[in-house]
Order: sequence, then structure tokens, then C-alpha cells
Amino acid sequence: MFAPFILQLRKAGLPVSLTEWLALMGAMKAGVAGYSIEDFYFLARATLVKDERHLDRFDRVFGEVFKGIEGSPDGLDPMALPEEWLKKLIEKNLTEEEKALVEALGGFEKLMETLKQRLEEQKGRHQGGNKWIGTGGTSPFGAHGYNPEGVRIGQEESRHRRATKVWDKREFKDLADDVALGTRNMKLALRRLRRFARQGEATELDLGGTIKGTAAKGGMLDLHMLPERRNAVKVLLLLDIGGSMDDYIRQSEELFTAASSEFKHLRHYYFHNCLYERVWTQNRRRQQNMVGTDELLRRYGPDWKLIFVGDASMSPYEITAPGGSVEHWNEESGIVWMRRLTSHFRRVAWLNPLRQDHWRYTQSIGLMSELVEGKMYPLTLQGIDGMARELLK
Amino acid sequence: MFKTGKDYIATRELEVAVNAAVALSRPLLVKGEPGTGKTVLAQEIARSLDAPLIEWHIKSTTKAQQGLYEYDAVSRLRDGQLGEERVHDIRNYIRRGKLWEAFTHEKRAVLLIDEIDKADIEFPNDLLLELDRMEFHVYETGETIRATQRPIVIITSNNEKELPDAFLRRCFFHFIRFPERETMEQIVQAHYPDIRKDLAREALNVFFQIREVGELKKKPATSELLDWLKLLMIEDMPAEALRTQDAKVAIPPLYGALLKNEQDVHLFERLAFLNRARR
Repeated sequence: MFAPFILQLRKAGLPVSLTEWLALMGAMKAGVAGYSIEDFYFLARATLVKDERHLDRFDRVFGEVFKGIEGSPDGLDPMALPEEWLKKLIEKNLTEEEKALVEALGGFEKLMETLKQRLEEQKGRHQGGNKWIGTGGTSPFGAHGYNPEGVRIGQEESRHRRATKVWDKREFKDLADDVALGTRNMKLALRRLRRFARQGEATELDLGGTIKGTAAKGGMLDLHMLPERRNAVKVLLLLDIGGSMDDYIRQSEELFTAASSEFKHLRHYYFHNCLYERVWTQNRRRQQNMVGTDELLRRYGPDWKLIFVGDASMSPYEITAPGGSVEHWNEESGIVWMRRLTSHFRRVAWLNPLRQDHWRYTQSIGLMSELVEGKMYPLTLQGIDGMARELLK
Repeated sequence: MFKTGKDYIATRELEVAVNAAVALSRPLLVKGEPGTGKTVLAQEIARSLDAPLIEWHIKSTTKAQQGLYEYDAVSRLRDGQLGEERVHDIRNYIRRGKLWEAFTHEKRAVLLIDEIDKADIEFPNDLLLELDRMEFHVYETGETIRATQRPIVIITSNNEKELPDAFLRRCFFHFIRFPERETMEQIVQAHYPDIRKDLAREALNVFFQIREVGELKKKPATSELLDWLKLLMIEDMPAEALRTQDAKVAIPPLYGALLKNEQDVHLFERLAFLNRARR
């Protein structure tokens, strides 16, 4: 009777194998769980789940298989959103400046009134068009729209990269570093960035030294030790996340996986579009995990190699003008911060997942490339290779 | 059967996981926030099953081989030069590791492999066969050490490194969640049965408030709370001292036991200052 359970688990992406399945059967036979469904749940979880990140998924599958509870629908029906809730959500997430901005666009009340009116007129889910709330239109309401002053309602990723303010706090997944396939080549390319040095405690037998020392002492054993050889290169990785980078998440993940297993000294932070006065240590819950960019300058010496990963595709104002950020009010422009970083760190490079032959169509890429003194490389094997050579010069 | 003891409060899910590991003699991998009682768990299992506890604490330089045995070639060489008698028997230079000890113990032992993620990334892989079959070969003497009674293996990890799949497949897994308030009260009660009720209540209030502050580098956990309570009891702190000090307004007394990081203390001072200014 449990066979569908394991199949469902595998379908949900949990790496359950036969070994674990047999272990569960063995434990059942040994009477660990008794006859309580709760104990069986605990037992199954201890046997089949090996990572706390999978616990939630396991719970859902368990519920589905054993209680017949249906999974929640993946997309939110726009009609199902109560207007009160929408209003609260938007109010909560607006800063004073943003509210002033809304005022300039005809007032918050008016916007909400129109929204309410349209919600009433609208029947069912809507896609495309320029008036209805739904997905993919140019109306100021709804998701995936073109209207630059639009109110975004509860979608997970933006499809067009034009909105002037992103209002819903998006929660992206942290870059998972468990993408093992396809990273081998990248690891090999990154391996160029190695510079070995003997540091730390002497734990290895220095054979040459020992023989020499023993001979010098006339045959009495004289041991010499030396520290292990380690990769002494330090890498600071700054990753662009969200917005226009959504299409390149897989590539970035691969790079990240490769890098994190290749370097002992690797620190990474996230930023959005352009670098300003702060970065995030974790992509999720960015509001809580902010670190000042000046902190980076203090914490990491000029010998760290700084690598940006991002598509550098944005409105040029986001780089050049104070207040150009799409997410907050930045006192100093992106240029100022980029200059600070590039003058502090001796070696800086930028990896761009966008195809190189498309770079010239976006003005901001040229700007960024200039800011890193032309050290912008495509996120391909050759690109990484070129970057590694440059960084070690 | 492992059961919640007098001094250690285990949730039912933890009991089931431990019992499964004991029944099938497979390693139990325990993860969770630092300070939620991962290491203490092994001690508690040993006590409740009346089994000897063998602890192997892992460091970044620990090699898997050290857990099995080490052959001390250097001291044998030295003895050879000095003409010692014991040099003729190689067994004199084989030092037993913790796994060997656990395998050959006359009683079924509890083996704690503490903080396995501290070691090199290949470390768990090197122990796969040994933990699976509970036997290993000693090349120097040509003997095979086999577990007479399979020990109960408890492995803890702080998530600093990912563990290999092949290793995980052979383990049971339990993630110790941070205890709810109710469980926490039981834990406090179990450790300090004669603590004043009002003091415990106020201290828990402050403690959970602190945990709610999102930006803390290291959130205080159970072990910190217990240390703090002990200090409060030694100082004979009146409960009012805690009550007036809403954690958002002032730093709690004896905060050193709760906040382990000068940045967290600064953060707290700043928050307290802001809150006072707002009043």
C-alpha cells in the first residue's frame, strides 16, 4: 500500500532511494512505529528525508497520499484576491517617497478606486489586453504588465523589466549550490585561479627536510614538518539576483556551485541590478540580512579578487543617477559605489550571462564594462577562463 | 527504548527517530540550530540505555583513518634506533581509534561523531563502509576488526558542508526544531526544578522577544537560555528586574550569556536607544 507514497515522493523531487525504503520497511517490521499514524509519520520522515530543506515538501506529499488533501493551486487567481488585502499589502510596503510618487500619479485613492471598479467589472481570469487585471497586459494593474507605473499584484517574477518601482517584496530562492551536473568544466576553468601557498599549522612530513636533517645529525632521526599546501586565492563574489537575472539563474547556480567547492576563501553577497550602499548575505529575507557595502571594503583587503555576476541590463539611470535604484532611494549613484569598489580591490572582473554579441544593444552594459575597465567576460567556459587569467595577472 | 528523561526533554518525533536508529543499528544524523541539544542527545541516549558513551569530536584536520587506528611509524623508528625490545611487535605501535573502541566494547556502546561537517569534504565518504558493515581491516597486522555488537552511532552536523548522498542514504535523519514555548518551559523545569515560577516566566518572555529580533547574528538557543537562567538564579535577580525591562527598551541584565557577538550587542543597544527616543 505504500508503493504510491514513494513514487509520489520521487515525483515531488525528493531523492528517495530503495535503500531508504527498505530501511523504513525494516523499522516497521521491528515495530518502531507501533500502530499510530503520527509515529509512522515521524518514522517515515526520519528515514526518507535527509535534508531539512525537503521537510516541507515531504509534509505535503505525506498529506496528499495519506489524507487525500489536495495540493494548493500554483497560481493565484486574481479575482480571488480580496481588495482589502491588496490595499493593506501595498500600504505596508510603501515608503514615504513612494507614496509621494503615487500621489504624483493621480493619488493612491484614485488608483485603488479604479482597481476596485475594474475588479467588479472583470469576470474570470484575464490575460493580455490593456484594461483588465490579469497577466501580461498593459493595464496599470496586475502582473507581468508593460505599464511602467503599474501596481504589481502578487506575482513571483517579473516578465518585462520596466517597472519603475518593484512594490511587492519578492522572495527569491537562494542560489542552491547543489547543482552538481555540468559544473565540472567550470571547476576546471576556475582551477586556473589557484595559487598555492603553505600556511597554517605544520601537519605534513617534510620528507626532504627530514632526510637532510637526519643525515646532518649522523643518523639520529630529525623530523621536519611543514604546513599543507592550500589554495590561497580569496574570492569575493557579488551576484545580481532577481528581475532580469531570472533567466540566468541556472547558469549562476552552476557557477556558484563550482566556485564554492573550488575556493576555501569564498564569500558571496547578493545585489539587485546595480551595486549601491548595501548588499545582502542571503537572498531570501533581504530586509533582515543587509550588509553595508562600505563594510565589504573594510572587511576584505585589496588582495581579494572581486567578481561580479550579473547581466548589467538596466536603465542607465540606475547606474548614473542618485535615486536611480528600482527598490529604494539611494543617496549616491551606482557609479560612485562601483568606483569605490574598483579602486579598493586590485583585481576586479564582471561575468555576464548575456550573450556577448548582444551586449552592444544595451547601453548600461557598456557603462558597466567601462566601470570595471573593460574586464567584462561572458559567463561561458572561455569567459571564465579569460577572467581567471586576467585576475591572476 | 529511548524515552524523554528527567533532564532531557525529547519530542515524540525525536524518540521515534532514535528508536528506529537503535532498532536497525543505523547511524542517526542530527541537525539543528546550535545549542538545541544535539550533543547532549547522545549522552542522554547512553544514560537511558545504560550504555557506555564514546565521543569523537571532529576538527577540520581530523582524518577518517584516525577513527579506525593509527600506525605510529615514527616512534617505532625511534625505538628501533634505541634498541627497544617492543619494536619487534608491530601491534605495539597501532593506536586504536574511537570506532575501534566502540566496535570492540564488551557492552553495546553509543558512539557520538560530533560535528562531522567540520572535517574535510571527503571525510564521510571514507567512513561509508565502516559504518555500514561495522568492520574494517588493519593492514599492518592483517586482522579484521568486526563489531561484536553494532554500536548506536549518533552523528551531529551544523550544516557547514553538504554531506554526500551515499552517506545520507545510510543514515536516519532528524532535524531538531527550535522548541516551542511549552516545551521550553518543560526543559527549564527539568533543569532547574526549584526555580521561582515568576522568574522563569519573565525570563522566557525576554528570551523569546530577543529571538524575534530578526537581524541577530547568532540567535540565543536552549543552552544559552539555561546558562542565563543559572546566572539569574545565582544573582538572585528579582523577577521585576526583567519585567520592567521590555527587551525592546533595554538590554536584559547579564546579557553576556545570551548575546555572544559584539555586533549583536551593538544592535541591541541601538534598538534600545531608538525605542527610548521614540517614547
